Amino acid sequence: MKDILQEIFASLKSNKLRTFLTGFAISWGIFMLVALLACGNGLKNAMTSNFDYMSRNAVSIYAGYTSKPYGGKKQWRKIDFTENDVNFIKNSINNIEYFSAVSDVNDGKLTYNNLENSVMLNGVQPDYQHIRVFNMVAGRFINQIDIKENRKVVVIDKSFAEKLFENPDSAIGKNVKLTNDIFFNIVGVYSSKGRMYQSEIFIPLTTAITIYNPNGRVEEVDFTIKENDLNIDYSATIRALLSKQLDFAPDDYNALWINDFKSNYEQSKMIFRGLSMFIWIIGISTLIAGIVGVGNIMLITVKERTREFGIRKAIGATPGSIIKMVVAEAIAITSLFGYIGMLLGMGLSEILCMIFPEKSFVEGNGPSMFVNPSVDLSIVISATIILVVAGVLAGYIPARKAVSVKPIEAMMAK
Amino acid sequence: MILLKDIHKTYYTASPLHVLKGINLQIEQGAFVSIMGASGSGKSTLLNILGVLDTYDQGEYWLDDKLIKNLSEREAAHFRNQYIGFIFQSFNLLNFKTALENVALPLYYQGVSRKKRNIIAMEYLERVGLADWADHLPNQLSGGQKQRVAIARALIAKPRIILADEPTGALDSKTSLDVINLLHDVSKEGITMIVVTHAQEIADKTESIIQLKDGLIVG
Repeated sequence: MKDILQEIFASLKSNKLRTFLTGFAISWGIFMLVALLACGNGLKNAMTSNFDYMSRNAVSIYAGYTSKPYGGKKQWRKIDFTENDVNFIKNSINNIEYFSAVSDVNDGKLTYNNLENSVMLNGVQPDYQHIRVFNMVAGRFINQIDIKENRKVVVIDKSFAEKLFENPDSAIGKNVKLTNDIFFNIVGVYSSKGRMYQSEIFIPLTTAITIYNPNGRVEEVDFTIKENDLNIDYSATIRALLSKQLDFAPDDYNALWINDFKSNYEQSKMIFRGLSMFIWIIGISTLIAGIVGVGNIMLITVKERTREFGIRKAIGATPGSIIKMVVAEAIAITSLFGYIGMLLGMGLSEILCMIFPEKSFVEGNGPSMFVNPSVDLSIVISATIILVVAGVLAGYIPARKAVSVKPIEAMMAK
Repeated sequence: MILLKDIHKTYYTASPLHVLKGINLQIEQGAFVSIMGASGSGKSTLLNILGVLDTYDQGEYWLDDKLIKNLSEREAAHFRNQYIGFIFQSFNLLNFKTALENVALPLYYQGVSRKKRNIIAMEYLERVGLADWADHLPNQLSGGQKQRVAIARALIAKPRIILADEPTGALDSKTSLDVINLLHDVSKEGITMIVVTHAQEIADKTESIIQLKDGLIVG
């Protein structure tokens, strides 16, 4: 074993440029594959984490303005939902799991210790915590009694709680001043994987309507649908239903914004499937270029060494021992440089991981293009193994041909 | 001992070349023989057949009472390793190996451990007077030194025959004489020495001369 290693080392050392070029082709192939896959995964993770904001089976309906006159009513009419409309939506869609109307309060403010913060202030129903992906870290969410009694309670988000109070637990029970200088009692702190640009805080829907939207109308309705109905096109169904109920043109996309997370998610998944196929094709092509490079150089190497093989055979080397030597060399060169390329690629993806955050949204920054751009180690290792196997074949085939030459002719070769 | 019976060899190229046309030859163990002949007379072909480097078409080649015919590559390699040592005009040393490693190479193919074969190789290098040059690469040696390394390499496996193809062809006359004397000493130890040459003064040093002409032995 030590002898074989020594033989390999001597022959690799005897042609440094050749060794370097072969090695470079291999390292580069693996490096590119890893780098490409890392970037692809980063993009994909960024996309998926953006979807973590809402439940995968959520549908949101936002009221807008009519963009064309319809049924005798003028253009640019504001659409909103009365309590009646909300109930109509709730009753006319099958298989609703959780449902919440959302009352958006303009000019959301939260003041504590004379420190005023701009926030997104929403009145919601208890089910809202299941529509969004929430994790209560302290206290509780809005409940049915809050709704019934129009309580002035508020649920704030974790980073906000940490900013204003020592920790989420100590936030519970504190009174804060919201918009229009009205005091609310903090009953819960939530954390969310979402990516909102501002802190979102929640109060009971009825309280929000009573205090901030006396006309009783809301502009947003969110709900989730039970799993088995996921392949229905909700956005078309809902638009058709509501165009009758609210008198706007069925093809007026400005009147209603319908966000069907499931179908959006599926669509993006399809795009990313395409993208990742594209990345694989490029990666594999790079790998093939590396393999061809290895094959080429091994071919030249073997040709160059025909004379040496002839001498070895005259001395008593069996053809098998020569083939074994060449193949061992090919394995040594491909696995060594494959490993180097692998390390460089992993290094790059580690650096990218450090630069780009774990979450797609970090306070103060916009959404990130990459999230956790790492590569599955097993993929990298199998790519390296493929390259090693290719290197073995690339050494074996010409070596077998070279040893079949008679030693006399081989020794004459120049 | 070597016995050749009616050996024929034809090279099938564009126009078939009948090189050996029935060689009958007997060489005793420990003999010091030279083969002479003009170029194209078939002397190199004969040497290659004797060295199991090439095959023949007809006849029989007996080496130590073994018929050398239709050997597989593996068997041929084994024969060369165990029975035959080669010395070439162009030395045929491996350039990236030191003198010592070159000498030790046949033992590598016999599976002798590195340590042991280096010790043996050193002994043989001493014998050809190159102990001080053990760590030199071939291109740091003179022609005569290279050929002595090659002789040490041919001797190390303790062969029955040493075949030398123009061993002095690339050397000056003084060095040539040294080399041929060394070969003579070797033959006295019972190793059959067959030298192909076209230089009369070299052939005169051997015990008998085989003259080859147009693929036949003429004397």
